[in-house]
Amino acid sequence: MALPDPGAFVSMMGVTKRYAGVTALDNVDFRVGAGEAICLAGENGSGKSTLLKILAGVEQPTEGVIQIDGLQKDQLNPRLSAAAGIMVIFQDFSLFPNLTVAENIAFACQLTQHQKWFHKRDARTLATVALERIGVDIPIDERVESLPVAHKQLVAIARALASEARLIIMDEPTTALTEREVRSLLRIIRMLKDDGVAVVFVSHKLAEVLEVSERVVVLRNGCKVAEGPAEEFDTTSLTRHMTGRDVPEHPPNRLIETPETLMQVRNLNKEGSFHDVSFDIRKGEVLGITGLLGSGRTSLAKALFGLVTPDKGQINLNGRPIPLGDPIAAASSQIGYVPEDRLTEGLFLTQSIIRNVAIGRLDHHDKHGFLDLPALVGDASKWSNRFKVKTPYIEAPVQSLSGGNQQRVVLARWLARAPLVLILNGPSVGVDVGSKSDIHDIIRSLASSGLGVVVISDDLPELISTCHRILVMRLGKIIDEVGAGTVTEEELAYKLAS
Amino acid sequence: MNGFFFPAGFFTRNETLVALVILGFSCIATVSDPNFLSITTVSDILRASIVLGILAVAAMLVLISGGIDVSFTAVAVSAMYITTTFTLAYWPEMPWPLIFLLSICIGGLLGAINGIFIAWLKLPTLIVTLGTLSVFRGFLLTFVGSQRISALPPDMRGFSRLMVARGTTEGGSFYALPLAFVALIFVILLTWFLLNHTVLGRTIYALGGSVESARRIGINVLRIQFFIYVYVGMLAGLAGIIHGSMSRMADPFSLVGHELSVIAAVVLGGARLVGGYGTLTGTLLGVALIVLVQNSLIVVGIPSTWQSVAIGLLILIGTGVPAWQAKKAAAEAA
Repeated sequence: MALPDPGAFVSMMGVTKRYAGVTALDNVDFRVGAGEAICLAGENGSGKSTLLKILAGVEQPTEGVIQIDGLQKDQLNPRLSAAAGIMVIFQDFSLFPNLTVAENIAFACQLTQHQKWFHKRDARTLATVALERIGVDIPIDERVESLPVAHKQLVAIARALASEARLIIMDEPTTALTEREVRSLLRIIRMLKDDGVAVVFVSHKLAEVLEVSERVVVLRNGCKVAEGPAEEFDTTSLTRHMTGRDVPEHPPNRLIETPETLMQVRNLNKEGSFHDVSFDIRKGEVLGITGLLGSGRTSLAKALFGLVTPDKGQINLNGRPIPLGDPIAAASSQIGYVPEDRLTEGLFLTQSIIRNVAIGRLDHHDKHGFLDLPALVGDASKWSNRFKVKTPYIEAPVQSLSGGNQQRVVLARWLARAPLVLILNGPSVGVDVGSKSDIHDIIRSLASSGLGVVVISDDLPELISTCHRILVMRLGKIIDEVGAGTVTEEELAYKLAS
Repeated sequence: MNGFFFPAGFFTRNETLVALVILGFSCIATVSDPNFLSITTVSDILRASIVLGILAVAAMLVLISGGIDVSFTAVAVSAMYITTTFTLAYWPEMPWPLIFLLSICIGGLLGAINGIFIAWLKLPTLIVTLGTLSVFRGFLLTFVGSQRISALPPDMRGFSRLMVARGTTEGGSFYALPLAFVALIFVILLTWFLLNHTVLGRTIYALGGSVESARRIGINVLRIQFFIYVYVGMLAGLAGIIHGSMSRMADPFSLVGHELSVIAAVVLGGARLVGGYGTLTGTLLGVALIVLVQNSLIVVGIPSTWQSVAIGLLILIGTGVPAWQAKKAAAEAA
């Protein structure tokens, strides 16, 4: 795509945004050249989302100037931004689950062109062309709700392309993707760049950010704290800019000598998901389970907590068997489970922090059928304080918290129940660097206090820095077991894929 | 069994299921009474489907957009009764197309009131329409009148005598299909075109899929919602005046109370209460089934007092079976 202006496509100068006295963005300059790939890095609350929303026309800046193609824009709204070629792919993709792939891709285009009539054939052609451009093959008559996450994202990218995007902004594009899907996403981003489409990549997964970007802009507390070519940054310096402190990764704490076995899993089997899985978890141990998507790791994790019913096998906790496929029995035998998708499976989003923590403790404060409310509230606030949940007030709804703080709320709820074994499925998915390190510290200290912790993850550095042992799964079977400190990230990645 | 009976995939299952039940019911009815399978029965059922059908199309539109409307019966009866009293008072000889237009406009106006509350004040649709259901009807009975009017304007009575087909079967039974049936066909075609061939129609589906996504890609949610409730009000106004003409009486106590059977017909046809799903085929099959049960249950030897039980069971089975199958499929996929 040839562009008339060789200079900046979008420039923001001195942009400030205040919400009711809170400065979310403070005098930030930001420019994007045609075909440029920029990484916008920053922790949650650093102002990245605000910057995005201003570009998308969803929010208006309090002060500052925005120029598109050298022309000053006083008032942006979603339609104007889209017409200028700025497309934002939000974390949830903003697709319509009930419509087909073709329609989803064609929709934005129909709106910007003010079309009145809907022609199914045109929509399908538009979709086919857009999908071909990024070189993927998705059935275009499929409803979006039945697609896997990675495909939904590709549909969102195709939709942006179909409406002649010149700048695609991706908010946390890799959160829900596996390593392999991230690879193909990065390939597509490079292709877009060659086509002259600029990409702004908002992420806090550091390694991949550096791989694809030409320029890095780091925001912290609403200010731009660093900017420069991507080669000048590495993971450590980027982390330092984002957090304002050094976040070292520790190796896991030493395992106590002669630990007793806490949980025994024997010959657990579920047709089509996992086969004949056996392992032990000892007291104070952090056990990692990893594998690619489809390796059965998530089903296994759910089976341990009774959310998936295995065909056969046995789970013992402290020598006593636990009924299979019964989450209530699992919870009352003091197994805790923190799901991967905490938003839909783990939290009551519109309810307050205190209620979300307290829900796990209702039965402990049951006084002859009546609820001892003061004790419950005291209990819950004690636990959320212990986990440093950052919030102005404890009655705030959980959905107002950042990813890291939401994860703390889920953890606080389970730990308030004093579990013996805690199963964490993707503990730091969608969590920023600082919180991730805090969550890892929490995992370490839990293990030191004698809990057995199971971490299911495909974040290899996370596994290496928290787990004493790592089980590698492929096609539903445990194919390898590696000890702490005996494996590097590359070796582990090789085992996963081989 | 699924692969054999429902080859068209999961999303058409509701339609298939309803069609099968209709077929099964007709077979049983024919066996127990050979006279059932006749042009007279068909014309009876079609005639009974007119008002219910138009209202169901309206209710379906709201369900697709992710809302729910329970006030349309009150809108229909208000539009009909106000139009009738107005016509009688000021221009009794008004030709029926104008009477219909008036009723449609009044319906649209009442729908706009729903639209204002829902689109501008962003109140939940169920709450708003529950409120307006009561308010519209109360207003009608208090300020307009609570008398049944059987001396309708002459052209309204004239309309009810207009037929597209009539005749006598060889067996000597009489059948007739009134002109009002054309109105149902017109509503179906118009709504079909709107939903499937205009961007506006696809936007209504999109709204039901995700309001937030719609807002983000620049859909004017406010305008679309307002349009939906006005359109629904207009359809209700049409259904109301047809109901008045065909029953040859303007009864301010009629229609209200039937809103749930209309919604039941729509849900039977596969529309989901969460929004985003619903087809005209499904809705019309749902209407046909409900009408069949209401009119012909007696033929298969079930007393008419069992009507509501039968309808309730149909809803439980008709929506429960696909939901249960979906749940089982999801559990197997996990």
